[in-house]
Amino acid sequence: MSAVTTADPASPAGSAGPLKHRRPLGDRGFQILALAAGLLVLVILVLIAVTTAQQSTSWFTSSGFKGIFSTNWDPTTNSYGAMAFVYGTVISSVIAIIIACPISIAVALLLTEVVPRRWAQPIVTVIDLLAVVPSVVWGLWGIIVFAPWIQNIYLHIASGLKGIPVLDTLFGGPNVEGACFFTTGIILAVMIMPIITSLSREVIATVPTIDKEGAYALGATRWEMIRGAVWPHSQGGVVSATLVGLGRAMGETIAAALVIGASATVTGHLFYPGYSIPSVIANQFGEAAGVMRSALIGLGLFLFAITIVVNLVARAVVERSARRMRGA
Amino acid sequence: MAVMPEPAAQLGPQTIDLREPAGWRRTKNRIMTVLMWVAFVLVLIPLGFVLYTVIEKGAGAISWQFLTSSTIPPNVLPLGTGGMGPAVIGTLEITGFAALIAVPLGVLGAVYISEYGGRNWLAKIISFMADVMTGVPSIVMGLFIYTVWVINYGYSGMAGSFALACLMLPIVIRSSYEMLRLVPNSLREGSYALGATKSRVTITVVLPAAVGGIVSGALLAVARAAGETAPLLFCILTVEATNTNLFSGPNTALSAQIFSNATSPYVGAQARAWGAALTLIAITFILMLVARILTARFTRYSR
Repeated sequence: MSAVTTADPASPAGSAGPLKHRRPLGDRGFQILALAAGLLVLVILVLIAVTTAQQSTSWFTSSGFKGIFSTNWDPTTNSYGAMAFVYGTVISSVIAIIIACPISIAVALLLTEVVPRRWAQPIVTVIDLLAVVPSVVWGLWGIIVFAPWIQNIYLHIASGLKGIPVLDTLFGGPNVEGACFFTTGIILAVMIMPIITSLSREVIATVPTIDKEGAYALGATRWEMIRGAVWPHSQGGVVSATLVGLGRAMGETIAAALVIGASATVTGHLFYPGYSIPSVIANQFGEAAGVMRSALIGLGLFLFAITIVVNLVARAVVERSARRMRGA
Repeated sequence: MAVMPEPAAQLGPQTIDLREPAGWRRTKNRIMTVLMWVAFVLVLIPLGFVLYTVIEKGAGAISWQFLTSSTIPPNVLPLGTGGMGPAVIGTLEITGFAALIAVPLGVLGAVYISEYGGRNWLAKIISFMADVMTGVPSIVMGLFIYTVWVINYGYSGMAGSFALACLMLPIVIRSSYEMLRLVPNSLREGSYALGATKSRVTITVVLPAAVGGIVSGALLAVARAAGETAPLLFCILTVEATNTNLFSGPNTALSAQIFSNATSPYVGAQARAWGAALTLIAITFILMLVARILTARFTRYSR
């Protein structure tokens, strides 16, 4: 009996309840430190919203509801309407998604279903290289090399489509050295391909082998197996990956700032220069003061809100489809 | 024969009509496989194109003087006088300090989620929000640091580091968390059985077991941050002279210099931009390759 009490001095002898043990100070200190580091994420996110909202109040009060939702951005007359930038952000990132989404999904399928595993790793490395090429290098290349080159193609398309009602509006007209919505869309597409590919690949890799073997056993070809077994299982994840890509495209700053053409206009012409929210912040913040600075910070807050919503929706989509697949 | 597949396709994406003629089914399979390879080539083209251009235009600019010169010459001057020395120093300083802030905090955050969190709602929220935070645009981080730091304390390299650290933090948390999850529970249980406290188990057993993956994830985050421009623009205020003092006074970085030179009409400025781009790409690729090698070694270990 005395052997029991000396073996466990920390717990009172004869206690039948759960072991109450006083943890050393260092141990608890480490836990608190870890908790603080984790909470930092929440603190930063809240602070971003609060401080940018504070700094942009003078924009909201001086421009009013109508001023903010106008398309007129002209610092010389103190009009700071945001809609031209919202429009440009939406157009350029939608173009980016339309180009990037099919290519990324195809590469993800190639990596998981077609290529043998030992070849997959080098291909993944190549795509990772694409992801670490800095945004400013894409911008530099885009404005000096790519835009002048693709300008010729735009001119051919424009002259070929002249007079055809809708297409002429979309693809006609002059553009400045190739700096336009469409060029931005292409560059953004290249930049978001790696993230969409890797997220889709993660999802596609979780498709149960038994489903795939079942499809093959029924005599399906590989493509039929992909459509019948892989696609229904990974649909949700791929949609979510695309949304994450959309969020990235909308927030991409420097490459867009260099190739979008810097013109606050709302136009259906995809080959016309435009502007997007992040690029106007990057280009004009340096010389901004007073209400203009407040307006640019307000645009940043708006961008923050949109990207948070897009990412939340992406998470919700993937969670819902995961639950559905577990149930099935 | 070609008309047959149409009604089947109408039924919905999950319907496969195995009664289609076998020849057409095989052809369709082949077409799709080819299309997947075409997609891969479409990814390769821009990468090859941009790397070729940067090397072709940048290699001529690179010299010892270019990398170490103490001032960046005005845009009008041709290549040959001065160089990007201040920007190289700035990039290394700012990114290094950002890593010093973000990596320990990120690893600690991941430790909380994986070791202390369990099925705790707070850990779930933190992990979820770290995911969301990776999607926050870099320019927003720049504006954030501008509003909380630069307005009060002025431009400095450190402000840039703070902005980059905000970007890296969620990436480090995510990658470290994935690595900590891979550490087998038997290791933890074995050390608890020896009477170790939780912090001791985490520091001496769990973290060392995952260190390869954590370091490689951190390096990838650093590589990303080194190339970032947007968060630096409003925090460091691009200047031409070397500023070795990270904590006060405006600073500069390679990415910021490329951005300001890219729109310049002068040949010399553009050539310097290409040289800086090559330097920056070299830095990020080296970091990524080291990370890859570490990952490869680490995975061999755990097998």
